[in-house]
Amino acid sequence: MNPELINILSSIIANATPLVIAGIGETISERSGVTNLSLDGSLQLSAMVGFAAALATGNILLGCFVGMLVGALIALIVVAGNIELRQDQVALGFVLTLLCADIAQFLGQDLSGERAITMPRVNVPLLADIPIIGPIFFQHTAIVYVSYALIFGVWWWMFHTRGGLALRASGDRPETAFARGTRVNRLRYFYTILGGALVGLGGAAFSLAIKPGWSNPPAMRGEGWIALAIVIFGGWHPFRVVLGAYLFAVLRALASAIQRSPDIDFPLVLLNLLPWLLMIGTLVLVSSGVVDRLLRLLPERAQKWTRNFLRSDPPTALGTRFDP
Amino acid sequence: MDIQLTNINKHFGSVHANRDISMTLKSGQIVGILGENGAGKSTLMKILSGYQPADSGHIAIDGTPLKFGSPLKALEAGIGMLQQDPLDVASFTVLEDFIYGQPPARRTSGKAATALLRAQAERFGFHLPPDAPVASLSIGQRQQLEIVRLLALGVKALILDEPTTGISAEQKDILFGALRELATRDGMIVLLVSHKLEDVIALCDEVIVLRGGRLVGDRQMPATTHELVTLMFGQQLTTHERPKVALGEPDLKLDNVTLRTRRMHVDHFTLHPRRGEVIGFAGLDGSGQELILRACAGLEHPLSGTVSVRGKPMNGGRYRDFLAEGIVFCAAGRVEEGLIAGMTLTEHIALIGQGATIDWQASQARADAQIKHYNVRGTPQSEIQQLSGGNQQRFLMALLPDQPTVLVLEQPTRGLDVDSARYIWEQLLLRREQGASILFTSPDLDEVVQYSDRIVVCFAGRTTEIADASQVTIDELGRLIGGAF
Repeated sequence: MNPELINILSSIIANATPLVIAGIGETISERSGVTNLSLDGSLQLSAMVGFAAALATGNILLGCFVGMLVGALIALIVVAGNIELRQDQVALGFVLTLLCADIAQFLGQDLSGERAITMPRVNVPLLADIPIIGPIFFQHTAIVYVSYALIFGVWWWMFHTRGGLALRASGDRPETAFARGTRVNRLRYFYTILGGALVGLGGAAFSLAIKPGWSNPPAMRGEGWIALAIVIFGGWHPFRVVLGAYLFAVLRALASAIQRSPDIDFPLVLLNLLPWLLMIGTLVLVSSGVVDRLLRLLPERAQKWTRNFLRSDPPTALGTRFDP
Repeated sequence: MDIQLTNINKHFGSVHANRDISMTLKSGQIVGILGENGAGKSTLMKILSGYQPADSGHIAIDGTPLKFGSPLKALEAGIGMLQQDPLDVASFTVLEDFIYGQPPARRTSGKAATALLRAQAERFGFHLPPDAPVASLSIGQRQQLEIVRLLALGVKALILDEPTTGISAEQKDILFGALRELATRDGMIVLLVSHKLEDVIALCDEVIVLRGGRLVGDRQMPATTHELVTLMFGQQLTTHERPKVALGEPDLKLDNVTLRTRRMHVDHFTLHPRRGEVIGFAGLDGSGQELILRACAGLEHPLSGTVSVRGKPMNGGRYRDFLAEGIVFCAAGRVEEGLIAGMTLTEHIALIGQGATIDWQASQARADAQIKHYNVRGTPQSEIQQLSGGNQQRFLMALLPDQPTVLVLEQPTRGLDVDSARYIWEQLLLRREQGASILFTSPDLDEVVQYSDRIVVCFAGRTTEIADASQVTIDELGRLIGGAF
């Protein structure tokens, strides 16, 4: 295989990683019934604070941890404001996203141009040596491997444990969850804060590994909105969310390749529109009856898996409060 | 197992939903809890199954007092409830829903859970494929899943809230077979909450009747429909004098109208309400009277036959066309359909006004006038949901056009106290003297007999007309409501 192509694919995996982590975080939060709309501001603030902490202490792990803490705190405001103060989730998230983005730019002024410290590259023993697959997937910084673990861990938790049943029931039908003994609001606190921490880790992944350093305006501005869109595109299923994040990275790589190429003359604006058009097209296709009719042709066992994978409805109780 | 309820009381605001209800339930019995909508059946069952706390009273199982805090505690005590809309999760598979919520002691998973589910389903002839999504099941199947799930949790008393609403006749047979087997073979207590007499007669060993929150009857089966209706509605009918009104020509005419929905059909119904005439519709909930009323106002379209106003055919017309002809509909759900929560009284007045712009001063003045005229306790600035039910209904009267031709009213005095109800009727009868015809439904037979000139009794979509309401006896009404013709 062309080494340049392998290089491109490998960088696609790396570039998608913050989106993957933040998307997974938002997925579990929304699955429990809470929309954390603060993603864009949350990513920027945690990236800035994480970078500052790592810079001050020289400890990258600490930087990641501080980033997670910031994300978790913002999520705590959203969920507590909704449950205890009866505020609207969307309104809270929206205000927080603007607030946090401004705070990040303001506090980060002196950080821009600071010499970046970055996560070291770690090759996974044995796996890294497999031709093609090794260089694409297993010659990355540690945060990329964390994202792999998250993808499978969250999927397994959601669909193979009783805890996962309670998580999905809380977002889909909290009355049922309550009747079956699940403490819905406690669960929503837990998953929203955990999801927020993952968003924070996504932010730290930006500033400490993928696009090291801090600049004004921040390089990751707008990524939070993309992550939110990817969760919808991903039908609240971890695998599809991840697929969406990678697809997005592929399209971006394609766009920049075309832009650089002297032979192809294609308007840049249209190229940038491409991911969104594709997303809308896919959503329309998935939510139309076509897929459902095709599904029925599959054997029953396969149906269950694909149905989960192709689901396009949001958690039924998403964004609503629950009073037991 | 014996369940003993002693002096259960429950209030919702000013409504006394359960008054001093005491009963004893013994294992192996199928007990029917009978009563009209709002009689307090569902409230009592929710208390028993832990979904709501009682205000006062005790529940004891085999003599041991119980304090239920949650459905889970009730389940641990062996009491499980099947809600009218089964509490499951649509996005789960059947198997996931089956195992979700099992207490640690009764956990099953993987193959064992599948086997248990299959065995239980097979025993009762239920069709429950483990991998099917719950969203793809019919209501009947979702009930079956809940029953199987509750049994796997070891319940000894099963409460079913209106289980035969929305399921097919075949599924009903399967369900009743399963319930009989549970009572006779497993010695379970089965409680069937229903307002459908035929279900209770077909299934139950004992019937407990609630009316207005009180326990008014407890009898062993078999009993005839007529006896049960008498228990449900009470013995006495009071007759009152009303001013006589000369009846005029009919404005609205329903001729040979056939209406169909998925659950109900009314065939070849003819009715010509005359000016100044009051026609009351009696019948158990969902017997077709709601459908007919909605057809009168263009909210339901007849499959065949004609609806006409003053000779003008109105088939397929929309509600606004009917409204233009002076036909006004008031739904039973006041806040849900008739009024808009969050809007003030003035805004409601402005809403029914004409023109593109709003004259706030005029609206406010009109709101003020109407509030005084209809004796509404509220201000023009009050939001409608802040008013009590009686005041909401009064204000709804204030919103009616001044000279309606036909008033179509679903349960016009639902949830009102005696005084408010009398006031509403005074207002309605005033419109009647001005020449309007009034069509209304009511679960209260007294109200139907008291105010109607003519009565239409509905049973399962069939209708019987009683031409002179003043001559009717409770006996006759009871027979007709219960379906004996």
